[in-house]
Amino acid sequence: MTDLFAARSQMAMSLGFHIIFAAVGMAMPLLMVLAEMRWLRTGDKVALDLAKRWSKGVAILVAIGAVSGTVLSFELGLLWPEFMAFAGPIIGMPFSLEGLAFFTEAIFLGIYLYGWDRVDPRSHLFAGIMVLLGGVASGAFVLCANGWMNTPTGFDLAPDGSVAAVRPLEALLNPAAFYEVPHMVIAAFEAVGFAVAGIHAWMLLKSPGERFHRRALAIALAVGGTAALLQPISGHFSAGFIAHEQPAKLAAAEGHWRTERYAAMKIGGWPNEDTMTTNGAIEIPGLLSLMAGHRLDHEVLGLEAFPAYDRPPVAPVHLAFDVMVGCGFVLVGVALLGAWIAWRRRVWPRWFLRLIVVCAPLGFIAIEAGWVVTEVGRQPWIIRGHMRTSEAVTMVTGLQWPLGLFTGVYLGLAGVCVVLLRRHVFASPGGGS
Amino acid sequence: MSLALAAVTVIGAAILIYLLSGGADYGGGVWDLLASGPRKDQHRAVIDRALAPIWEANHVWLILVVVVLFVGFPRAFATITTALHIPLTVLLLGIVLRGSAFVFRHYGRGGRFERQAWGAMLGGASVITPIMLGVCVGALGSGEIRVDDGRIVSPLDAGWTEPFAWAVGGITLALCAQLAAVYLCVRLKDPKLQEDFRQRALGASVAAGAFAALGLALSGSGAPVLRQGLVDSLWAFPLHVVTGSCAIATIVMLWTRRYELARAFVIGQCAGIVIGWGLAQGPFMIVPDLTYVDAAAPASVLEMMLGILAVGTLLLVPSFLWLYSLFAEERR
Repeated sequence: MTDLFAARSQMAMSLGFHIIFAAVGMAMPLLMVLAEMRWLRTGDKVALDLAKRWSKGVAILVAIGAVSGTVLSFELGLLWPEFMAFAGPIIGMPFSLEGLAFFTEAIFLGIYLYGWDRVDPRSHLFAGIMVLLGGVASGAFVLCANGWMNTPTGFDLAPDGSVAAVRPLEALLNPAAFYEVPHMVIAAFEAVGFAVAGIHAWMLLKSPGERFHRRALAIALAVGGTAALLQPISGHFSAGFIAHEQPAKLAAAEGHWRTERYAAMKIGGWPNEDTMTTNGAIEIPGLLSLMAGHRLDHEVLGLEAFPAYDRPPVAPVHLAFDVMVGCGFVLVGVALLGAWIAWRRRVWPRWFLRLIVVCAPLGFIAIEAGWVVTEVGRQPWIIRGHMRTSEAVTMVTGLQWPLGLFTGVYLGLAGVCVVLLRRHVFASPGGGS
Repeated sequence: MSLALAAVTVIGAAILIYLLSGGADYGGGVWDLLASGPRKDQHRAVIDRALAPIWEANHVWLILVVVVLFVGFPRAFATITTALHIPLTVLLLGIVLRGSAFVFRHYGRGGRFERQAWGAMLGGASVITPIMLGVCVGALGSGEIRVDDGRIVSPLDAGWTEPFAWAVGGITLALCAQLAAVYLCVRLKDPKLQEDFRQRALGASVAAGAFAALGLALSGSGAPVLRQGLVDSLWAFPLHVVTGSCAIATIVMLWTRRYELARAFVIGQCAGIVIGWGLAQGPFMIVPDLTYVDAAAPASVLEMMLGILAVGTLLLVPSFLWLYSLFAEERR
C-alpha cells in the first residue's frame, strides 16, 4: 500500500464514519424540538417522553461526532499538510465560523440534555433550537470549505505559486457551496428521518398501537419524507452545476466517455477504463444532454476530453452515483406512499411499516455514496485545478499504521453504539435513564 | 499590537482557557481512575455529574486552538502536524476514547462490570491525553525540531522523545488533576467528600510543583532557548514571583479549607505558567526556526478571523455563563 493511498483511505474512513454522527447532530435536534413543541402546545405527555428518549440517543451519537470531528480537524494537517499550508487561510472564514457554531451547539446541548429540571420549559425549548441552529450551521460551514476544494475562488497567486492575496468572503461563498450546502443538509434530515422512522416502525410491528411509537413515527416520517421530496430538486440543480463547472466529475458519475450531443444517461453497468466504455448499462437516449443542458442536442463532455492523469477513478464514482440516486428515488416513492396513506386513513398498514423498516438505512447509504461521488469524483485534485492530492500528502511514512489503528477503533465504537442504542430502543417508553 | 501578535495571543488565551476548563475535565477522569477508599463510588458519581453537561463545550476550545493555528499560521500548522505526527495521533486516540468512554458509561445502561470497563478506558485516556498535549508543547520549545525554508530537516522523533517534553507532559497532567480536585472542593457540599478531594488537591499541587522543578532542571539541556527566557529575561523574575505565590497560596488555602480562594489562586497559578511559557517561547512557534511572524497568514485573513472571534465572543460569553451557572451546584 502506498502512503498516498493509506492517507486517502484514512481520510475517507474518518469522513465516512464522522458523517453519520454529524448528520444525526444536524437533524435529530429538529425531531426533539418538534416533539417538545407538541408537548408544550398540547400537554401531550407522550411527546415529552419522546423528546427525552431521543435526547439520550443523541447524547451518545453527538459525543462520538464531536470527537471524530476533532480527529478530522487534526487529520487535515496530519495527512495533508501541504494542502493546509496553502488553503488554511483561504478557507479560514468557514472554519472560524464553524468553530463558533460548534461552540453554540455544544454549550446549548449541555443545557438541553441536562437542564430538563433546571430551566423553565420555554428556555429549554430555546436551548434545543440553538442546538439545531448550531448543528446545521457548523455542517453548512464545513460544506462551504469542501465546496471551495471543488470550485476554488477568492485568492490570487504570486508568480512563484504562493498565495498573494486572499478575499475570505469570496472563498466562503464559492460557487459549489450554494449546491453542496442544501444538498447535504436536506440529506441529513432525510437520512435521520427515515432511520428513526424505521426503528419506531419496527417497534410498532412488535407492539401494535403503542402511542409512543406512533407519535415518533409520525414526526420522523414527516421530517424524512419532506426532505426526500425536496432532495431531487436540489440534486437536479447540483447535477446541472457540476455539468457546467466540473465536467470531469459529471462524466465519471455518469460513466460517460465520448463527447457527444444527444448523450444517453447510463444507469448501472461497469465502466472499463481500458476500453473506455461502460458495459451493461441501461441507457436512456438523450436524457443526459437534457439534464445537463436542458436540450437534447446539448453537447456533454466525455471523459475522453480529459487526459488520463486528470480523470477521477470512474467505476467507484459511477456506481456510487447510481446508488445515491437510486436510494433517493426509492425514498421519494416511500414518502409519496406515506403521504397518501396518512391522508386517506389514520392507521399505518403493517406492510407499510415493513417497507419503512427495510428502507431505514437508505438515506445513510445515499449520504455515504454521495460523498464518494463528490470526493473521489474530485480526484486527482485536492484543490481542483490548483493542487493534486499527491502533492498535498504528508512526508511522514508508514501511514498504514494509523489507518489500521483508527479503522479498528472506529469499528469498535460503531459496534458499541449499535449495542447501546438497541438497549435504549427496547427500554419501555418513558422509562428512567 | 500587530495582527499576527493578536492572533498568537488568541491562541495562548484559548490554550489557557482549555487548560482551565477541558484540562480540569481530564483531571476529573484521572480522579475517577484513582478513586479509592470507602467513598470511591461516590467520587465517581460526583465526577460524572460534574462533567456531563459541560465537557463537550469545554472540548471545543481545543478545536479553536487548531482552527486559529491553521487559519492564522498555516505553515506552522503544517510543520507541527508533520513533526509531531506520532504524539498527535496518540493524543487523538486519547480524545476519542475519553469522550466515547464517558458517554458509554453515562448513557450505556450497563451493569457494574461494564461500567468499570468504561471507567478504566475513561481514566486511562484522561491520563494519556493531557500528557500528550504537554509532550507536544514541550517538543515545540525543545529546539530539536528544525525547519529550513518551510521544510522539516530534523528526524520525525525529534523533540517529543526527549525527557524535557515528557516533564512538560507531567506538569500538564498534574495541573489538570489539581484543577479538578480544587473545583470539586468548591462544588461539593458533603464535608467527607470535600475532605477527600482536599487531600487529592494538595497531593496534585505538590506533584505539579515537583514536575515543574524537574522541567526547569531538564530545560538546561532540553530546551536552552526556553530556559534563557525563563531565567534571564526582564519579565522572568516578577512573573515567577507571582506564579510561585499563587501556587503557595493555593496550598495554604486548601490547607485552611478556604476553597473559593484556592480556586482563584490555582487559576492564577495556571495563568502564570501559560503566560511564562508563551513569553519564554518568545517569537517562535517552533524553536528556533519558525516565528509567528514568518508563519502568519495574509492580513486580510487575520482581520477576518479576529473580527469573527470578537463578534463570537459576544455570543459565547453569555452562553457559557448560563451553562456554567446552571450546573455549578451539585444536585442529584
